[in-house]
Amino acid sequence: MGRIFSAAAWVLVAPLAGAGNQINMSPGVTEMGGNIFELHMLIMWICVVIGALVFGAMFYSIYAHRKSKGHQASQFHESTQVEVAWTVVPFLILIAMAFPATSTLLEVYDNDESELDILITGHQWKWKYEYLDDSGETVAFFSNMATPQEEIYNTQSKGENYLLEVDEPLVIPTHTKVRFLITANDVIHSWWVPEIAVKRDAIPGFINEAWTRVPEEGIYRGQCTELCGAYHGFMPIEVHAVSRDEFDSWIAAKRGIAAAQTELAMQTLSVDELMDEGKRVYDSACLVCHGAGGEGGVGNAIAGSPVVLGDIAAHMALVADGVSGTAMQAFGEQLSAVDMAAVLTYQRNAFGNNTGDVVQPGDVAGTENG
Amino acid sequence: MGDHHHGPAAGVTRWLFTTNHKDIGTMYLWFSFAMFLLGGFFAMVIRAELFQPGMQLVEPGFFNQMTTLHGLIMVFGAIMPSFVGLANWLIPMMIGAPDMALPRMNNWSFWILPPAFLMLASTLFMEGGAPAFGWTFYAPLSTTYAAPSVTFFIFAIHILGVSSIMGSINIIATVMNMRAPGMTYMKMPMFVWTWLITAFLLVAVMPVLAGAVTMMLMDIHFGTSFFSAAGGGDPVLFQHIFWFFGHPEVYIIILPAFGVVSQIIPAFSRKPLFGYASMVYATASIAFLSFIVWAHHMYTVGMPLAGELFFMYATMLIAVPTGVKVFNWITTMWRGSLTFETPMLFCIGFLVLFTLGGFTGLMLSIAPADFQYHDTYFVVAHFHYVMVAGAVFSMTAAIYYWLPKWCGRMYSESMGKTHFWISFIGFNITFFPQHFVGLAGMPRRIPDYALQFADFNMMSSIGAFIYGASQLLFLYNVVATIVAGKPVSEEKVWDGAEGLEWTVATPAPYHTFEEPPAVPKPVGTF
Repeated sequence: MGRIFSAAAWVLVAPLAGAGNQINMSPGVTEMGGNIFELHMLIMWICVVIGALVFGAMFYSIYAHRKSKGHQASQFHESTQVEVAWTVVPFLILIAMAFPATSTLLEVYDNDESELDILITGHQWKWKYEYLDDSGETVAFFSNMATPQEEIYNTQSKGENYLLEVDEPLVIPTHTKVRFLITANDVIHSWWVPEIAVKRDAIPGFINEAWTRVPEEGIYRGQCTELCGAYHGFMPIEVHAVSRDEFDSWIAAKRGIAAAQTELAMQTLSVDELMDEGKRVYDSACLVCHGAGGEGGVGNAIAGSPVVLGDIAAHMALVADGVSGTAMQAFGEQLSAVDMAAVLTYQRNAFGNNTGDVVQPGDVAGTENG
Repeated sequence: MGDHHHGPAAGVTRWLFTTNHKDIGTMYLWFSFAMFLLGGFFAMVIRAELFQPGMQLVEPGFFNQMTTLHGLIMVFGAIMPSFVGLANWLIPMMIGAPDMALPRMNNWSFWILPPAFLMLASTLFMEGGAPAFGWTFYAPLSTTYAAPSVTFFIFAIHILGVSSIMGSINIIATVMNMRAPGMTYMKMPMFVWTWLITAFLLVAVMPVLAGAVTMMLMDIHFGTSFFSAAGGGDPVLFQHIFWFFGHPEVYIIILPAFGVVSQIIPAFSRKPLFGYASMVYATASIAFLSFIVWAHHMYTVGMPLAGELFFMYATMLIAVPTGVKVFNWITTMWRGSLTFETPMLFCIGFLVLFTLGGFTGLMLSIAPADFQYHDTYFVVAHFHYVMVAGAVFSMTAAIYYWLPKWCGRMYSESMGKTHFWISFIGFNITFFPQHFVGLAGMPRRIPDYALQFADFNMMSSIGAFIYGASQLLFLYNVVATIVAGKPVSEEKVWDGAEGLEWTVATPAPYHTFEEPPAVPKPVGTF
């Protein structure tokens, strides 16, 4: 009966599997991913063989030893030989499994001699990537989900990489041992990219290590895998593995942008520039909780908010430090001085909040770590 | 106790003030079934939202409340109390005792449960919503970042912990002191053995859970920093404490289920349990091992290599005593005279599906591979194979098996078999595809998912609705049996059944074994 059922299940599943539905772990692109995959398959096949023997015996008994066929019950019980055998044999099989498991685990834990170190910090609900570099010019940026709310709420058709796309991906060079230092800013997150075989919890107050060496250029996607609050399902990871040359020019350009930002922070911007930039920042950082029209949602309404209409310094402090115990995070670290100035200006002048106040990057630089 | 027979009191006071193990057992069973339906309803909300990609029915925050309450209610409200109810009904009747050793405490350990769960469910209507941090409530998501209702959740956990500890002390006291003359430990039915060991596990770990939630309470309201890194605390400490409770907890759930199966399979095989002594030793070994494997739930937290290896080897070892149990059940069936009434069907369903869950458990124990499995739907599939197909299937088998003895009426066999097949098929349609999406990379506890997981999720949701609906058939069958089932009067309702509970009249009188019975031959011989 069970065999018929599993055959029926396969008939049900096979067309789905054929339709591009992945049904097994992916070996991914890295050597370690391949090793983990082989280990997974080895243990699975051992289980399949044991299962076939055990269920085979059971179904034979169900078939042959039924009362309806007139089978009389024997009354045998207990046999020391049999019982010792079925204790010792599984034990030996487990020892055989432990060898490849141990050697693969040693490999996973070999974090030495990395050529590039990247600090990954989990935030509710985005990742921050910092390329650690002895020269002191650290490149750092946040990576937010890029899937629009319209796709999530079914008013637009969903794109190919629905929920797995970000505004700024992590870029790493191929053929390079990259070490990830993983931590979190608020609650526990977990950074997982199946194709490069890295999963490690991001825990506030701890720095965990993991590593990869990607041999092939490509885009590898993953997600947060530790429940981290309401939008846990919406903090994807996108890794772009590129050639060493491409990586070098990418990081040089990133440093250039960082320098330009610093320069910009010294200048006085026009209201239009601030409002344009402010809308961009609002849409990526604030909109999910506070609404596209500032009407509120998870967070309070921005339109007509006493904080936004009140003292600039208090408004800035709230955005920079967040509100403990709520979903309102501390954005001070996440936004550059320019972004902070722009988003404050935007909030104070959009959605009918016509305060006419203008906040300049210079006003921000002194008050937070920007 | 006097020699005059008195029946139950009239009206509602019978239930409020009862100290009768059968009444209390009945209340536990109905309460747990109500919780099973409530937790099941939350599961239906989860599966309905996951029917298609995109957000349709609920908001992400509410989705997390559903997953959290589903887990908490199923574990603490449905499965655990149901087995306590079964223990109340059966342990005195199996060991030849007139009642539980501590009958007033027995009343109290039941009656504090409904208010605790009422309080837990009421958090749904509080500002900020119900707990939304998963049934494992990892700090600091459950402390600094939780809704205010977390305080009510903590209080509820405390109460049900007290209830469990009282229930366990009662079971230990009963089994140790109230056995009929001649009922030595190694003659006790397997169900009594598994519950005795489970009760010790409960007494050992429920205080640990109480400690964990108390530390949470201190962090939330009294300014401590047990689990807050910013104050010098340690969020990983929470996980160690939680799983030091949580791993024995899964055996607390499954050991009584093993006991049930070890009673029912011999009955319908008309053949004694193959290795009674080795079953007892295997149960004790599993209980011991359950204390030294907790960190296999935490392979990805960044433990030192030595810790990782220790927990991996210890976890793999659990396969040995678990294998002994499965082999024992199958050799019990071997060359028996098998019939397939509903309880036996559920036990065979248990045997197949629990073993599958055991295999995926072995796969999960392999630490390096777990880096790919951890917190995916592969894990969700694994623990539903052991929790639902393990604990719930065996509980269902137990109800069908002992119900005729309890109420003196026979359930409808055809409806029972229909219930089994719909459950079995619905369960597998629900959870088998979850292995696939998990291996393919779908994390657990997400309200929405990438498009490549859509087909299997829809299949899973359809299966869940089928499985859910089949429980209504079960409810109908049980109620119809109690109200208007075909009367049975044989003491031994099943011709292969063995044990003292089958020597009392059918339906079981309000008081049994006021005089200790003569204990027949040891279990394991006919």
